[in-house]
Amino acid sequence: MSAFVQLDDVALTYGSTEGTVALKGATMSIERGQFAAVVGPSGCGKSSLMKLVTGLTPPTAGTVLVDGAPVRGPLKIVGMAFQNPTLLPWRLLLSNVMLPLEIVQPHRARLRSHRAEYVEKARQLLRTVGLDEFETKYPWMLSGGMQQRANLCRSLIHEPELLMLDEPFGALDAFTREELWGVLQSIWMTKKFTTVLVTHDLREAAYLADVIFVMSARPGRVIASHAVDLPRPRTLETTFDPHFIEIVHTIRNEIAQIRNEATAIAARKLKVA
Amino acid sequence: MTRNRRRLEVAMPWLISIGILLIWQLAVMVFGIQPFVLPSPIDIFKALIENYTPIMQHATFTLVSTMIGFLFGILFGLFLGVVIGSSRLMYVGLYPVLIGFNSIPKVAVVPILVLWLGIGQPTAIATAFLLSFFPIAVNVATGLATVEPEMQDVLLSLGATKTDLLLKVGLPRAMPYFFASLKVSITLAFIGAVIAETIASNDGIGYLMLQASSQFRIPLMFAGVFVIAIMGVATYLLFALIERRMTRWAFRGHDIQPIGGG
Repeated sequence: MSAFVQLDDVALTYGSTEGTVALKGATMSIERGQFAAVVGPSGCGKSSLMKLVTGLTPPTAGTVLVDGAPVRGPLKIVGMAFQNPTLLPWRLLLSNVMLPLEIVQPHRARLRSHRAEYVEKARQLLRTVGLDEFETKYPWMLSGGMQQRANLCRSLIHEPELLMLDEPFGALDAFTREELWGVLQSIWMTKKFTTVLVTHDLREAAYLADVIFVMSARPGRVIASHAVDLPRPRTLETTFDPHFIEIVHTIRNEIAQIRNEATAIAARKLKVA
Repeated sequence: MTRNRRRLEVAMPWLISIGILLIWQLAVMVFGIQPFVLPSPIDIFKALIENYTPIMQHATFTLVSTMIGFLFGILFGLFLGVVIGSSRLMYVGLYPVLIGFNSIPKVAVVPILVLWLGIGQPTAIATAFLLSFFPIAVNVATGLATVEPEMQDVLLSLGATKTDLLLKVGLPRAMPYFFASLKVSITLAFIGAVIAETIASNDGIGYLMLQASSQFRIPLMFAGVFVIAIMGVATYLLFALIERRMTRWAFRGHDIQPIGGG
């Protein structure tokens, strides 16, 4: 099976040639329908990865392939969600969720004439995350967790083939976060879109992902990948499974090592200067 | 207690205004201040009643000049705000020019306007316009600049154009700023119109006051000042009401509690 998302020796430098090197020699491949997680120390260029794959930023070197074709501009088959839910406060929840339909073709052209059909679709999606009673509320009337559920719905309404999540649960309390892992997993299990989850939370990565990529400190590079072969659906019980703990522990050690090396390099640079 | 406090909040502006007038009246009476130095509120009120018809005519004239100038100010301010707020190059290029323009005392511009537009209403309208567009432009530009980068990424990754971004996110996001600036701008438009009228006009409250001054009718002058202030407060309240109506979502959180958890 060929890869759906493929990065080959990708580099990304912000600014001029002297600028910040965010990524260097990043290589990874994600299969169609796979749930991938990307973890690493802070500032390792995980968010740059998001921008590269969605076509918002072109790579400085190397190639980014999605669905066999090089990424040259914004991809319509992508859905995105960030830590900040960014729902529009002047729109009701339902119309917030339907926003992508006003942008993406062919929905954009069909929206007016097939409105009822699309509304029904948005309602159904809200139902899957338990928000169907709140469609006529404004986002600011809802709690952070509920806003993030709606954000998830918005990123999925146009049925993207690729879902990009940048620390979507990072700002939530631990209980809400764990609850939303379950919600996301069940949506993914029914629709099987390819997913890339960027996160700091190793338990979150191990709970949700089929494969976890570990990135090095800046300039970011993929230094290891781990297959997570735990059976699905995973539950909070799974997180106490010895095998789960072992995976989290291994990755934790890798990241600790990267951080130590980075500190050593920084100290050496300081000495030279 | 809370209900009493609410009532007090509603009554407060009236209590303060009436209090000031009372102190004024008492001061004039106690210290025996002459009417040609400072007329008492009662004298001013008398002058207002006696000259009711001419005052109303001139006030209407000023109000019309102000509103027309303000309308142009809204249109141009909105346009300029969108241009500055959505293009980095335009922002960099236009900002110093705008700041420079805004630093010019508009009184100094009126003689130039008279040269072009003559004595009368067009000059008053133009002055009202020149004073009122700036806050609108700056506020709209600020509103456009507050769009979250994540929101832009979400829409751009879906293939949104710059126009999409502006219509779906930028302009609605800028609306609270826009409506807030209207409150400031309408009072500036009044100032502009009255300034122009005192310099170059044969109508309007500004002209009336200048006439009253040259005839030494001090209470009438003060009556003019009062009428301007009342029109200013009334239009301010009108636009404050429109602001609340149009951008209710921006005033969230005070009386509405968030629902549920998770």
